[in-house]
Order: sequence, then C-alpha cells, then structure tokens
Amino acid sequence: MAKLIGTPQKRKEDPKLITGNGNFTDDIKLPGMLHGAFVRSPHAHAKIIRIDVSKALALPGVVAVYTGNDLVGKVKSVPTMWLLPGADLKPKDRSALAQGKTRYAGECVALVVAENRYIARDALDLVEVDYEDLPAVVHQEAALLDGAPLVHDDVAANLALLWKAGEVPEEEFQNAEVVVKQRLYNQRVIPNPIETRGAVAQYNPGSGELTIWCTSQNPHIHRMVYAGVLDIPESRLQIVAPDVGGGFGSKIATYNEEAVIGHAARDLKRPVKWIEDRKEHFMATTHARDEVIEVELAGKRDGTFTAIRVKNTANLGAYLSTFGAGCPTIDFGLMVTGAYTIPKASVVTYGVYTNTTPTDAYRGAGKPEAAFQIERIVDLFAQEIGMDPVEIRQKNLIPAEAFPYGTAMGVSYDSGNYHYTLDRALDIADYASLRAEQKRLREQGKLLGIGVSTYVELCGFGPSKVAGAIGFQGGVWENSTVRVHPTGKVAVFTGTSPHGQGTATTFAQVVAEKLGIPIDDIELISGDTRSVSMGWGTYGSRNTAVGGAAVAIATDRVIEKAKTIAAHELEVSVEDLEFSNGIFSVKGVPTQSRSFQEIAKSANFAWNLPDGVEPSLEGQSFFDPPNFVYPFGAHICVVEVNVQTGEVELKRYIAVDDVGRVINPLLAEGQVHGGVAQGIGQALWEGAVYSDNGQLLSGTFMDYTMPKARFFPTIESHFTETPSPVNPLGAKGVGETGTTGAPPAVVNAVMDALRPFGIKDLDMPLTPEKVWRAMQTRGENA
Amino acid sequence: MTCKKNISLSVNGVTRQAEIEPRLLLAHLLRDELNLTGTHIGCDTSQCGACTVMVDGDVVKSCTVLAVQADGKEVTTVEGLGDMEQLHPIQQGFWEKHGLQCGFCTPGVMISMIGLLKENPNPTEEEIRDALEGVICRCTGYQFIVSAVQHAAQLIAEGNAVKETTMSTGEGR
Repeated sequence: MAKLIGTPQKRKEDPKLITGNGNFTDDIKLPGMLHGAFVRSPHAHAKIIRIDVSKALALPGVVAVYTGNDLVGKVKSVPTMWLLPGADLKPKDRSALAQGKTRYAGECVALVVAENRYIARDALDLVEVDYEDLPAVVHQEAALLDGAPLVHDDVAANLALLWKAGEVPEEEFQNAEVVVKQRLYNQRVIPNPIETRGAVAQYNPGSGELTIWCTSQNPHIHRMVYAGVLDIPESRLQIVAPDVGGGFGSKIATYNEEAVIGHAARDLKRPVKWIEDRKEHFMATTHARDEVIEVELAGKRDGTFTAIRVKNTANLGAYLSTFGAGCPTIDFGLMVTGAYTIPKASVVTYGVYTNTTPTDAYRGAGKPEAAFQIERIVDLFAQEIGMDPVEIRQKNLIPAEAFPYGTAMGVSYDSGNYHYTLDRALDIADYASLRAEQKRLREQGKLLGIGVSTYVELCGFGPSKVAGAIGFQGGVWENSTVRVHPTGKVAVFTGTSPHGQGTATTFAQVVAEKLGIPIDDIELISGDTRSVSMGWGTYGSRNTAVGGAAVAIATDRVIEKAKTIAAHELEVSVEDLEFSNGIFSVKGVPTQSRSFQEIAKSANFAWNLPDGVEPSLEGQSFFDPPNFVYPFGAHICVVEVNVQTGEVELKRYIAVDDVGRVINPLLAEGQVHGGVAQGIGQALWEGAVYSDNGQLLSGTFMDYTMPKARFFPTIESHFTETPSPVNPLGAKGVGETGTTGAPPAVVNAVMDALRPFGIKDLDMPLTPEKVWRAMQTRGENA
Repeated sequence: MTCKKNISLSVNGVTRQAEIEPRLLLAHLLRDELNLTGTHIGCDTSQCGACTVMVDGDVVKSCTVLAVQADGKEVTTVEGLGDMEQLHPIQQGFWEKHGLQCGFCTPGVMISMIGLLKENPNPTEEEIRDALEGVICRCTGYQFIVSAVQHAAQLIAEGNAVKETTMSTGEGR
C-alpha cells in the first residue's frame, strides 16, 4: 500500500488560494444584500442616557438602525459555554446590543444597516448617543481592591470565579531546603488573524430558514448557541464557515455581532453582510492571556522539586466569553507541574471582571501560561542553587518508563520520552559549545543568552464525560463520514472546521493510504452544518488527534463493508480475502480480485449484495477519545542582547517537538514555524495596552507589534515521534506547541544574557526600552 | 457623494469601465464592483499588505489607493498571475514550498514578492525577509514564504535559461 502517512505532500487546499479563487466570508455576495456597521462605545464604562437614530435613518440608503431596546425579546444575550463547577461562577453574558450601560470600549451599542458599506459607515456618525462616563477599572488586581468600580453591580469585588485545585500542606514550603518564588505577568495579547471576523446572513421568510456564513472555527457550536440566542430551531439554522483566514482561538467564541446580523436579515427579509474592520477587531474580538501568576517552587539543594503552588489572577474582561472561564482554570491549572515529577501541587485562580475586551482562547489557551510559569520558576530554582538549567531539567523530567504518568494535578500524561527530546535539542544546538561561546563573549562584554524550555501541553480534550465534569457545555468527541461514490471517488466529512491547518490534505493522506487510492480521489467536506451532521470544530490541537481519528475509524468501516461485498462477488469467505493497494484479492490467487472502484460501484448499484448487507458504501464514526493527548518538546533559544540599546537579537531557535505520529511533516513544520513566531511574538513584541480609563492604546497594526519576517532567524524545527496510545493514528497535535514552548525559552534566554546585571525577571514583552532600563538600574527595579 | 466619476482601466489585461464614487478605494472597486475577490483586505492602516496589487508595474496597497487614481492604468491582481494550467512561478513556489496556510494574506504577499523579484532576481534570505516588511502573515512564521520566494526565483531563472537556449538555437521563432 502506498505510504502516505508520514510523507510531505503538497496541499490540496492551495490551488484555489494561490489563484485568488478562495471563498472567504467577505467574498460572498447575494442579490439584494445590505451592509451592516456597528456603533461602538467610545467609553470603557458608561451609562447610556439617550440614543437618537433619527438622523442616521434619514440618510438616503440607510435601511434600518437597531439599538438594544429594539432587540428585547428578539435576540437574547450570548451565553458563556464553560460553566466551571465549584468556583462560585458568576457568568455575565454579552447582551446583543448594550442596554443601559457599556462595559468596555468597543462594545456594540447600535447596528446600522444600509445599501452599501460606505453609507453604513457614514451613518455611524449620525447615530447620536449620550453617555455618562463612569469610573473604569482595567487591571485585575486593582479590580479586586476595596472600593474598585464594579463592572457588574451584582458581582462583589468583580470576582467572576474562584477556582481551587490540589492541596499542598504548608509544611512542604516551611520545611523545604529551597523555596523559589516569583510573580510573573503573562501579558494580554491579541490573536489578530489577518482575516477579521465577519458574517453574511440570509433568511427565507417562507421556510423560516436562516443561513449565516461566518468566520467560525466551530460552526456547530455557533449553530447551537445562535439557535438559542435567536430563538430559531437548530434544524432551520445553517451555519457555514467558508474559507476562514486564520483563527488562533479568536473564532471559537460565539459573539453578539453575528447573531445581530442574523436577526437583521430575518427582520428585513434581505441578506445582510457585516465585516469587521481591523480597528473594530482589536476591540471586539476576544483578547487572551492577561494573567498575573504568582508561583512558588519548593525542593532540595540537590535540585529535586518537591512541591509547587500557584496563584493566578486572571483578567476575564467585561463579560464571560464562550470558553473564558476555562482558560485560566482547567487549561492552566491542570498543567502547572509541567514535564516534571513534582509530587505535590496546588492552584488557585481568581477570575476577575474589568472594563476591557473579554478574554478567551488564543493558541494554547492556558497551557502557554502554565508552561511559562513552570519553565521560568525552574530556571530561577536552578539559578538559586547554582545548577545548570539543563541539568535541573534532566534531574526532574518524568522518565520515559513512568508513562502513563499520573500528575499531582490528577491528569494522566499519555506517553512521552522527555529526556530524549531534550537530548536531541542539546545535540542540535551543541549546548556545550554554546556555553563556552557565552563565556568567551561575556569576557568581551557581550551578552549572549541561552534559554531552554521543556514543555508539555494538554490537547485533544476527551472523553466527553470529562468535559461534563469540568462544565464545558458540549461534547468533545468528533464525527466523520467517509462516503464512497459509485465511481470510487471519496467524500470525507469531518466535524472539525479547518482554517489553514491543511486538513483537506492530511485527512486525505490517511484515507488514501488506507484505501489504496490516489489522494486526488478524495475531497474533504467541512465547515457546513447542513453537510456535516455534527461536530465540535478545530481548536485545542484536536483536529488530527480527535477528528483525524474519527476519519481513520470511518475509513476502516468502509473497508470492512467493501470486503464483505468483494468476498460475496468472489465467492469466498471474508477471511480468505486480503486488501492491498486498493485491490481485494483471494489469498494466494491474486488473479481473483476486485478493485476498490469495482466494489464502490457494486455497493452503490446494489444489484448483487450479500444477504443482510444494505446498499451504498459509507463508514461513519463518532470518536470519543479515552483521554487527552500530551504533546511535548524541548526548545532552545539563543539571543544576544545589545548592551547599548537593550535590543534582543535572536541568533538561533531550535524546536524539537514530539507531537506523536506526524501525518505530513511539511505541514507539521509549518505549524511549528507559525506557533513559534507567535510565541516569540508574545515574548518580545506583542502586548495589548490599555490606558487607566480603559482606552485600548494598542488598537491598530501601527501600535500593536505584529511579528514581521525580518524579526526571525531560520527556525530549526525537528520532531521526535512517541505515538499516543489514545487514538488509532497515534497523533497528539502540533498547532499549539510553538506558543507553549517559545515564550519561556526566549525569556529564559534573555534573562540568561542579563545575568551579569543581576536581573532575575522582566515582564513580557521584552522590548528594548524595558531591557535597557533594567540594565541601567542593574536589576534593582526588576 | 452623489457626483460619480467614470473611469477606465486595464485589469489583468482586460479593459474595465466603472462609474464610481470618487472616494471608492481601489480594493473595493476590484472586490465589490469587478468581482475580483482574490485581493483581500486585512487592516485599515496599510500595514498588513493583504490588498497588495500592481499598478503600472508598481507594487501598491489597494486599500490605500482611490480607484480614481487607477484611471487609465494597468492593474494586476492575483487573478492575473496565472491559472492552474499555467501557474506563475511565484504561485508554483508558494504551492511547492508550503508558503501559505490560511491563504488570506497570500495574494498580497505573492504580488509583493513579484515586485522584489523584478528588482532583485536572486535575493538572499535576508533580502527576502526585508522585502516582506510590507506584509503580515500570522500563520506561517514567514519561513516557508522565504523558501517559496527562493524557489520562484530559481524557476524564473531556469525559465529564462530555457528561453535563452531556444533563442540561441533558433528554435521557437
């Protein structure tokens, strides 16, 4: 059988994209289509005193203007979908359009609908809104203080949730030989896919069917939520994610704008389009991270870790976003012990409302923050006892023979060989030579730094009963149908919703290898709730590990049925048949055979099927994974800090990742590059900045530093392969490795470079100014 | 607002006429009026470069140019580069070397890199990275974009070599 799994293949997605024939949401044009634009609050916290839409309505070409009051009883608030248990959760949902109050700058106050997008924009300026400005609170620690402004009047101290897990007796720290403590700030970042959000909605007044094309990573979740918000049966609501221009977590959440556009189309009985502009995107689409993490690591002088306790004060923004409650709690908390044998651990998370854009998932969602705190504190521990950061890791990494490994946080790491991955990275980097070079350069006054991170992350959530136990409002299984047409060409349906991952190619590789047919005979169908019966989407590195597993199982079921039919035609028993390279043949008599295509025709024509076998050739699987998967890796970053300017120059970046079985090494490497670029972006350049009164100062690409090509050296990406026992592909997930592994590797490298200055820690992003100032004060303020 | 302008321009070699508002952006003319939706819009401040097209051979960001400024000019968009029967070397490069993931920035990035290759047919990695300054890709980390451009440069060089060979042997006249 042609070997396809594990080989680099050009993408099936690319021909349309490189010739300008993609179909993104903004490319959709329907007869009679109107255009929407949202009036947004310029204030972070304000009472709405009066809204006058008369001037806007009078503008020729304006068709309608909606305010919050117009939507009462028609469009409900958009609910959060992670109802974390045992955390005294106080969910506050985004209303469709603000009513009475606005709670962050950028919150939707009104919708203008007009004949074209220019008129809609003109009309925004004609909607008069009188506000009474209220004191705003932006930072989570300030929001918890007595007397802080309340974002929601009925949420005391702005505390949305208080979550605790694990226990460590106080003596573990009191009696420890070494305790290292650090306060870390994992700053707020903005996902910023290059395609902003958008929606096109069309309503059929006769059938009552509503279709919304929108930028979604999980159209079935959008359908389930918007069906409730718009009070429309799920069966009459179709959500289509056409080509989606990146998501990185920001297109998981369900938002109010898409629902309001759906309502406008229903109300006006004309299609309506809304496309976010970039400035809106900065304010209206979810932000992420923004966690103050205080970590204490206890251990012995010989470098053995004994206990960790962590406090996370997380900024959730003004409302509880779709999966906002889960990121700083479950996603973060379960991973605080990282890749190490730490027998005792505890976590407490304060989730806090502030007058800022709601936070939710961003590539990694909680796991990068967990990796960051453990990898930073491990380095500080090593520094405290005078041990090399590699040696302390080698001493504490979970040994290969300990898998599956139950952690102090109660999860079971599926498989791994952490020492091997670290060894590979050390070899590639030539670590010993790097240290020698560092010593030599330090003598010349040059600041070379070497940073290591040995991360592990939790991906591919499952099984669904665990989702239920942690309050995730949905399942985490995945669905695939493999449908064989009469000609033997194959349609693969998946409930995941790829948006750049190359899934049409990787899934085709799996199916083509199993069926022994050309990749070109296989098409992937995804992203449409009418085509795919159900599914949970693409996020959390679940696409291949869960969605791909469902595809593999469904394909096996096709083969099983086809074999029964082939055996019947060849008048032998199924046991006497073998299937190879797309041919069913009688064992030992290769001339007696049927091709896969012949059986496809037989199955679909159904002229001569065995008794009890139904017509057609389809396999379906609903795969609920028995456990999470745990990708891991070792990243090494080499930097040089400019003594004069504080600039950080990236000299080398080595990523050795173990994502289980790799389906397509070319695409896997692409995922690593992109993830590492975003991870380095957070470490060195990116960060959302609010003024004290809640204005987003970093609100355009002119103010928010998006990583550019010239910022990076060639990333040296390598894989080790430890298959996961959790799914039939052995895959673990590759999408989030870079954002998890890179920030601590980079920050550890810069801190290593700055050691002659006695600087222990600086908050990300490590801008030249911050580094320069720290060098001037020799770390006194750091 | 109501005073409309007639313009005539060549888009991908075809003469197109349009009656437009003077404030209409070239990006919107291409996408909304001429249905050439391969050119994308990713920001409002001409940073991301997803909207990059060629006007009279110059690389420009079409979200920052008025359509009336393109009156009488020759515009090339991604749709004019090549089709699946005959891909432009830059398209070939992006496909072969996995230079795209979500593909949203790709049309602008490809056009922008054609601009580079016209000026510098054999750029180093550093020169390519510098030339990518005008575009933002959030997916790829740029590394395979660099590989794609290098591959395209090689294909163009080989293509030129073939042309020169056929010329010198007198074939294909």
